[in-house]
Amino acid sequence: MASLKVPASVPPPQEDAEQLNKAFKGWGTNEGLIISILAHRNAAQRNLIRQVYAEAYGQDLLKDLDKELSNDFERVVLVWTLDPAERDAYLANEATKRFTSSNWVLMEIACSRSSHDLFKVRQAYHARYKKSLEEDVAYHTTGDFRKLLVPLVSAFRYEGDEVNTMLAKSEAKILHEKISDKAYSDDEIIRILTTRSKAQLNATLNHYNNAFGNAINKNLKEDADNEFLKLLRATIKCLTYPEKYFEKLLRLAIKKIGTDEWALTRVVATRAEVDMERIKEEYRRRNSVTLDHDIAGETAGDYERMLLALIGHGDA
Amino acid sequence: MADLEALAKAFTGLGIDEKSLIENLGKSHPEHRALFRKRTPHFFIEDERSFERWNDHCVRLLKHEFVRFKNALVLWAMHPWERDARLVKEALKKGPQSYGVIVEIACTRSSEELLGARKAYHSLFDQSIEEDVATHIHGSERKLLVALVSAYRYEGPKVKEDAAKSEAKILSNSIKNGHKKNPIEDEEVIRILSTRSRAHLKLVYKHYKEVSGNIIHEDLDDSDLIMKETVECLCSPHAYFSKVLDEAMGSDSHKNTKKGLTRVIVTRADVDMKEIKEEYMNLFGVSLSKKIEEKANGNYRDFLVTLITRDN
Repeated sequence: MASLKVPASVPPPQEDAEQLNKAFKGWGTNEGLIISILAHRNAAQRNLIRQVYAEAYGQDLLKDLDKELSNDFERVVLVWTLDPAERDAYLANEATKRFTSSNWVLMEIACSRSSHDLFKVRQAYHARYKKSLEEDVAYHTTGDFRKLLVPLVSAFRYEGDEVNTMLAKSEAKILHEKISDKAYSDDEIIRILTTRSKAQLNATLNHYNNAFGNAINKNLKEDADNEFLKLLRATIKCLTYPEKYFEKLLRLAIKKIGTDEWALTRVVATRAEVDMERIKEEYRRRNSVTLDHDIAGETAGDYERMLLALIGHGDA
Repeated sequence: MADLEALAKAFTGLGIDEKSLIENLGKSHPEHRALFRKRTPHFFIEDERSFERWNDHCVRLLKHEFVRFKNALVLWAMHPWERDARLVKEALKKGPQSYGVIVEIACTRSSEELLGARKAYHSLFDQSIEEDVATHIHGSERKLLVALVSAYRYEGPKVKEDAAKSEAKILSNSIKNGHKKNPIEDEEVIRILSTRSRAHLKLVYKHYKEVSGNIIHEDLDDSDLIMKETVECLCSPHAYFSKVLDEAMGSDSHKNTKKGLTRVIVTRADVDMKEIKEEYMNLFGVSLSKKIEEKANGNYRDFLVTLITRDN
């Protein structure tokens, strides 16, 4: 469930656009007004506001936001305001430009979006960058990472609930064999993880656990420094328990462990309209405090206020 | 009066000459048919109990020829997405000698058409196309084929000159060292052929010619058939289609190869049949319509010719 809170009666986009434009006028910027509008509009509404804004003021709303805002607050507002497909295309493109932690962003987008949404990302990528997502991912990765990431971003998984039990059993066996041989990037592991439907994968991994006494990720903890193994475990988690994957990412980001400084912004902005409520539940279960509490503790100012609004703190 | 020659012709080639059969067999007397059975030994065999019986194998072949028209019609009426999904599924079932069809569909359809086929595949088979391809194919061509059916190529004109140059070199080196490492398993070759846009690949082929002196698919022989077909489909689809058509109408073409005639005509009649006809004339010196009229029979023949001459 989404955490996004939209008021019962939403002002027309013209009014929102006018208010936003007012927020930029004069000395300083009325950040509170920006938050009160944008953090309480869904993707369709935000798209309309951008359209109307451009017609009324001859400028892309995002460009004005970029001019007027700064730092983390600006980043979360910009990323949030984008249409989800465009946003993911932007995040993916950024990820192909940098180093290792960005493999995670690509994996995250490929694994946690629905088949349909992932394809919309690929379409948005064509439109915005004049090349294909898989072309860029392939070009900017090598070896095992390329072997895993290209099929992940190119997948168009079947979305039905049907499960073939015999197949789940035999593929659990294959996975176990390969993992026991430490052949972590074997073609068969890649095939199963990058082509099977999520329902089928869940069944396969359940069988794995039943047959071999361990969840698959336990068997993949072999080498603490192996970056590929880390990514593989994250892939599996993201495909089968996305809320757990995102909870962990948030927890590490808030405690400032690891190098993914963006993660807090990214997870809140990309999941607020999707499953942030589930992620919050998982966060509370795992950490005994609410996500709201930890965000308030670790962030400040307008950035904090925007994040809290997006995760549904307070009213619409 | 049973015209034995006409009868023989009615059963030769692709499809069946219904009119001739009605005329000849339909109007025949028992003694004419007895003569027909005696004089066409490959259709009938002398049974030990002194009668000529139908050769079962022939009856099966005839069944294929009779059903050719029906198959063409059904395929023609089908939504292109369903059509392509079913063709891929059939190719997977038939095995390695049909994998060229998978290459054909993945590489000659537009990005949106291929996406459509992938959607239809979900509906028809409760699986994704890449899942099925990956499960059924075990040989060296698996990686390339999975990548090809998963592609969503950029369709615009923008190209990268420097990348094209270096990628031409990569392809050239990989092909030159083919005896050491099979190019079809080379991750760089797969990357280039399965992710780059068609416009970019055109540029890559141009540079390839400059670097190696040959057109890329001339450097590949039939032992690299899948890769050769990939390159041909991506860089010169009309020549590729012309070759498939010509092979289908060849005198000793295999059962699967013959299906190429229906498949190419039906799937391209609305797309680029004009260009294919031109290329066919270029390559083989005879018009496609004429060749079809020569090699095919009856309703099947008339149907195909109608499809390719609609805009004349």
